[in-house]
Parts: sequence; C-alpha cells; structure tokens
Amino acid sequence: MEKNYLNDGVTLKSWLLTTDHKRIAILYLISITLFFFVGGAAATIIRLHLMNPAGTLVETDTYNKLFTIHGVVMVWFFLIPSIPAVLGNFLIPIMIGARDMALPKINLASWYIYIIGGVFTLCAVLWGGVDTGWTFYTPYSSMFSNSSVILTAMGVFITGFSSILTGLNIIVTVHKLRAPGMTWFKLPLFIWSNYSTAIILVLATPVLAATLMLLALERVFKIGIFDPALGGDPLLFQHLFWFYSHPAVYIMILPGMGVISEVVSCYSRKPVYGYKFVAFSSLAIAIIGFFVWGHHMFVSGQSMYAGFVFSFLSFIVAVPSAIKVFNWTATLHGGRISLSTPMLYALCFVGLFAIGGFTGLFLAVIAVDVHVHDTYFVIAHFHYIMVGGMVSAYLGGIHHWWPKITGRMYPEGWGKFAAISLFFGFNLTFFPQFILGYLGMPRRYHSYPAEFQVLNVMSTLGASILAVGYLLPIGYLLWSLKYGEKAPSNPWRASGLEWETTSPPPKHNFDKTPIVIYEP
Amino acid sequence: MNLGFRLFPISASTLSWKVDLLTFCLFGLCLIVLIGVAVAMLYSIVYFRVGSKAVRHKLGPQKYTLEITWSLIPLFLFLGLFVWGSWVYYQMHEVPSNASDIYVVGKQWMWKFEHPNGVRELNELHVPVGEPIRLVMTSQDVIHSIFVPEFRMKQDVLPGRYTYTWFQATRPGVYHLFCTQYCGLDHAKMSGKVVVLSKEDYEQWLSTGLDHATLRGADKVSRGRELYQTVGCIACHGENSPVRAPRLTSLYGSAVQLRNGETVTVDENYLHEKLIKPYAKDVGLGDKEYEAIMPSFAHLSEEDLMSLVAYLKAGAPGSDKGP
Repeated sequence: MEKNYLNDGVTLKSWLLTTDHKRIAILYLISITLFFFVGGAAATIIRLHLMNPAGTLVETDTYNKLFTIHGVVMVWFFLIPSIPAVLGNFLIPIMIGARDMALPKINLASWYIYIIGGVFTLCAVLWGGVDTGWTFYTPYSSMFSNSSVILTAMGVFITGFSSILTGLNIIVTVHKLRAPGMTWFKLPLFIWSNYSTAIILVLATPVLAATLMLLALERVFKIGIFDPALGGDPLLFQHLFWFYSHPAVYIMILPGMGVISEVVSCYSRKPVYGYKFVAFSSLAIAIIGFFVWGHHMFVSGQSMYAGFVFSFLSFIVAVPSAIKVFNWTATLHGGRISLSTPMLYALCFVGLFAIGGFTGLFLAVIAVDVHVHDTYFVIAHFHYIMVGGMVSAYLGGIHHWWPKITGRMYPEGWGKFAAISLFFGFNLTFFPQFILGYLGMPRRYHSYPAEFQVLNVMSTLGASILAVGYLLPIGYLLWSLKYGEKAPSNPWRASGLEWETTSPPPKHNFDKTPIVIYEP
Repeated sequence: MNLGFRLFPISASTLSWKVDLLTFCLFGLCLIVLIGVAVAMLYSIVYFRVGSKAVRHKLGPQKYTLEITWSLIPLFLFLGLFVWGSWVYYQMHEVPSNASDIYVVGKQWMWKFEHPNGVRELNELHVPVGEPIRLVMTSQDVIHSIFVPEFRMKQDVLPGRYTYTWFQATRPGVYHLFCTQYCGLDHAKMSGKVVVLSKEDYEQWLSTGLDHATLRGADKVSRGRELYQTVGCIACHGENSPVRAPRLTSLYGSAVQLRNGETVTVDENYLHEKLIKPYAKDVGLGDKEYEAIMPSFAHLSEEDLMSLVAYLKAGAPGSDKGP
C-alpha cells in the first residue's frame, strides 16, 4: 500500500505528537466536532424549552446556563477554529506548495492550548455552570453572578493563545513558504481569506485576553474597573469586549467566504470573476472590521455622535461583503454549473449570508436598531451569518476536500439531501425569529408572553429538521471512511495545487516542490 | 395582557411609525437587491448547467467599471437610509422641552417608577396619552434596559449614572414593558406593562384608582427638601452655615470650574456623581478653594438620590422650592 500521511505511523503517539499540519488538522476536526455537539445539545434543550411560553422544561437558572454555554462553546470552541484550524491547517501549505506550516511545533502547541482551554470551560460547566451570557457584561459578571465565571473566562483566555498562534503561523507560512512562481496574485482566494482572518486573530485576540484579565481582577480582588460601585465604568467593558468581538465576527465568516470562492469556481468550471476585488475585499473587511464595534452599543448610553459614526462605518464595512456576493454571481455566468453537494452548500451560504447581511443593515440604521436591539431579531441575524453562512461553508468545504483529506468519496445523494434539509430547516428555525424580534420578544428570556408561542413552535420544528441536516453528514462521512469509493487525485477536475498531489497526500505533500506557472 | 397573535407590533407612540417607515423602506430596498441576485444566480444555474448547449460569452477579465458600479450604487442608496435613520435617532434623543419627568430605578428584578407628584408604581407605568414623558433612569445594581416595543423605545439603564429616553403615547392601551439587557436569574420576570390612559382616565387614576402596587408619597421635590435637612446637606451648604462650602442655590444649569481647569455644566448626572463620589470632579480654583470634607452619600438609595437631585434642580434664586 502506498504511504500517505494517514498510514505513515499508526500509534496514538504518532498522532498526539505529530507536527504534520494534516494530522493536526484532523485532531482539530475531531475536537471541534465534539464541541459542536456540546453546543448543539444546549441549543436543542433551549429550543425544546421555548415551545412553552411558561418555560417549564428547565429551571430559570439552568436555562441561563444553557444559553451561556451554547454561546461560549459555539463561538470560541467551534466557529473560531472551524475553518482556519481544520481546513486552513490542512490546505494552506498544500495550496501554496509547501511541505508543512512554517512553525509545525507551534502548530501542535496551539492545538494543546485549545484543548486545555476547552477542558477549563467544560470543567466550569460541570462545576455548576456559568450564567453571564457569552458576552460577560459587567458589573453582572464581575460582581453579581454566583457561577463559575472565572473558570470559564480562564478557558476562553487560554484558548485565545491558541488563536493567536494559529494566526501567526498562517501569516508566516503565507509570507515565507510559497512555492517558486506562487506570487501573491496567484494565491487561491481561500488563502487570501485565511490570511486576512489570521491578521484579525493576531491583532484582536490580545484585547480579549486583557479584557478577561481585567474582569478577573475585579471579580477576585474587587479592584474597581467596571463596577461603578467600586469607581469603575461598565461601558468600558463593552467597548473592550466588542473591540475584540466584532472583529471576531469576521474571524467567523471570512474563512467561509474563502471556501465559497473555491467551491463556486470549481463547480462553475471558471476562475472567480474579479479575483483582485474578491482578494482585497477580504483585507478590507479585516481592517474596517476593527472600527465598527460601537454598533453593538447604540442604546448602551454611549454618545449620540459616536452612534452616528459607528452607524456610518457599519454601512461601509458591508461594501466588501456585497462585492464578494456580486462577484460570485458573476462567476456563475457562462460557466458549466453542476449542482454537486459542495455547490449546494455554497449556494445555501450565498442565500443565507445575503439575508444575514441585509438584516445587518437594519441593525446598522440606528433608529431601527433601537427597536430590535437585544431581541430575537439580533439572534436571527447573527445565526444567519454564523450558522447559515459559516457552518454551511464549513460543511461545503468538508465535503469538497473530503476525498483529499480521507482518500474516500462521500455518497453524493446523501450529501445533497443533507444540504437541502439544512437550507429548509435553517430558514424555518430562524426566519420566524426576525418576526419575533420585531414584535419585541427580548433575547435570553426563560419565559415569554403567550402571543409569541406560535412563532417559537415553528422555530423549534425547524430546528429538528436542521438537526437532521447536521447529524446525517456525521453518519455518512464516517461510513465513507470504510465503505466509500477510493478517491482519485482530482475527483472534481478542480484547479489548485492541492489536487496535484495524491488523495490522501503523502506526509510531505509533494514528492517534488511544484513550480507554479498558471493563475488560479 | 395577551395581545393575541400578530405579525407586526402595534404602533403607539409618535416615533413608532417613523421607525416602521424606515423598516419598510429598508425591507423594500433589500428585497430588490436580494431578488436581483437570486434571479441572476438561478438563471445561471439553469441556463449554464453542465451539458446545456447555451452559448457561453466570456465576461472577459474583470471590468473595473462594472465592479465600481455595482458597489457604489447600492452604497449610496443605503447611505440615504443611514442619514434618515440617524435623523430619527436624533429625534429619539432630543427630549421635547415640555416633557414631564418620571423617575425610573431598575433593580434585580423589578422596575420602580415615580411620578413627579409622588405616586409610585412597581412594574407598571400609567401615563396619559398625547403628553411627552421623559424617563430619568438609573440602576441600583447591574445594567438593565427598558423596552416598550409598541413605542419602539429602548434605552439601557446603568448603575452609577442617569440615562434618559422619552416617548409620547398616541393611543390608549396596555403595552409590554421588558428588560432587554440580561441582568441575572429572573431577567425574564423583569417585565410588566405600560398603561396609556386618556387624559380624563389618567386624572381619575391619579386621584382614586390607585391599586395595591401603587403608593403615594410626598412629591419628588418636597421629599428632596426633607432629605436635604435630614441627611445633613444643610449643615454645610445652608445659608448661615459656619462651614465654608459652596451655596447650592441656582446651581443647576450653571457652569462650574473644576480644579483641573475644565468647566462643566451642572446637570443631573453631575449632581448624582457629586453625591456618590464628591471628589471625582472636584470644584474650586484660587479663592474658591474648599476643604475636602464632603462625605459620600452612596449609602442612600437611588430613589433618595434622585429626590435630592430633583430638589437641587428645582432650586431657583429666591425660590421657596430650592435650597
């Protein structure tokens, strides 16, 4: 049997001490999948609970802890590492013709740091949970909550270092390890989007670390930073938190846009239209994304004039996203389009991301935001981006590169069925929440007025279809590992260096360093 | 207070329809762009499907004019909505000068309201239709947020400072009152109702219709005057006090000079901060130097602090109401 990265060393040690970027990607794939199901289980109980307006399924305290753990786990332990640490780790070196990431040991270290952070957070859940919401707003989190705030914040703090190291690794790899002839404008768009993401990871995550440290100082030592009773300022926390967390939203969507550029181009049999615009729009999002944090705070008591500025900048940051959508649409024109599973996920992404983006404009208009802020409208909006967008892109990417990663083909029929259930299930789950939000149902409510029940039940029914869309791939992808057809080097007739090597690739990716002469 | 199943909220304030109009225009504009993109995509997917014999004209290399057109036209349309939305927000922010004040204190997990005449309510707010009402709000513990969907009105309520919002109800009815900033265990129970009454009903409610949740105390300014005596403000700030302390008559709205040379206008937030952190914005320069002997009044409840602020605010020169 031919040697490849999967069978070159089969001991547990050879996996846990590997410095091969492909194996580290697999380690991430397994761990983030586990965290996805932890977060998903919390979401399932939340949705079941909300079928009844009186809120009788779980206690108030339990409910508050469930939505907190859902947010913390999904944001920091699934979405942020999802594409950069799994697909990015696997594909970036291969796509640029390198043998590995630039800093392979740091790459492994960042996975261990991620796991340590995850263990802290899961301990906090077992220790009685945390009830602050994933946003940790002060002074509730620092002075009032009687739950495991410190343990959870420590988990997130530690995992932040994993993000920073992954980001650093991506930046160095893209700068230093491109194969001969792989100039910047021949880089696949997936690389551009992950490179932009890496910049945010490196620049924004330290601010989160500092913020959580200040929160811990106030909570443990009663040093007045955020609580006015101690002489602090509660809005300071929100400024610091969103200075990280708004760019983090782009950490959670930019890599998805990279996947979509690759997939749309492959299944239209055409290069992406307007390559440079799509490439630079990623950088533009990364940069402008740092200047819009105040749009989370229109009703917080910040100055009216700050509100105007942040509202304006929020419109500007929408432009590069719109450019991407228009260019993908133009890419389809004149192509030879096949609706295979990854393409269905990509189309799913474009539709759901567009709705998420447009409702983002509703939230950027200050007067409308005043009404829908902190209601289910906001919940629906960011789930359209994070779940409808990023998770669709992630699943599309996993399917698209599955033959390369595992050397096996997945069953196409099941793939399409799962993608379609995801689309319908998702819309049925989250579209009613826009209406709920505009009607005025606040978020994080354990019980709610009875007139909101019909829409909540619709949402829960949709979630059960959505769950099918998430559980099916687990089943058939695992099945394909043993029974799937053996994959050739380039099953999709795609372009890109990753398809030039065998499926799965050998340990050092290429037998001979490739020389790049074509554009993508 | 089951308002029944509906898909769009009742509109019950002078600003609510302005927000709705914005929402409809946004919705229309977004729908046009969304349908445009969807039609273009579906057309390509069907017409250029693999195996179709469609003629495939090359779009050629990227055209900068095309890229710039499809970026800038939507941008300018949407920037129009930015200006409009900011204008409506400005109206939400600017309180009409004839508005009457209602004092609001949020605490885990209840809303306390106090009318200028001393009527107090818990989780219920009765207001007359057609009159502008300003809410002067603070929190006793964590951050809360007051939300009345039918008024399209929301404002965070912070500890340690006052925030404001205002509304003018346009139709009598019973509306939702929610806390929308997560504030701990019973966040979802920190809700109640806003009852908008016709002017006659409101007068009647004020005089007779007080139910068990409602208490009538002294009006805000009288209560403040009483506190001014009992907590000892008068001992230093009074007319004939032997202690050298600034006179507080007609302080509100005046400009005071701080020790660091800055000048600030005395408003409710300034007075509140002065009461709980006397030296955060220390006054006095040159011959107006005062000894640092004022204690903090942070032990008073937010309601009492509000009464003192209301009393100091009412203080006009020579007025029998003021200090």
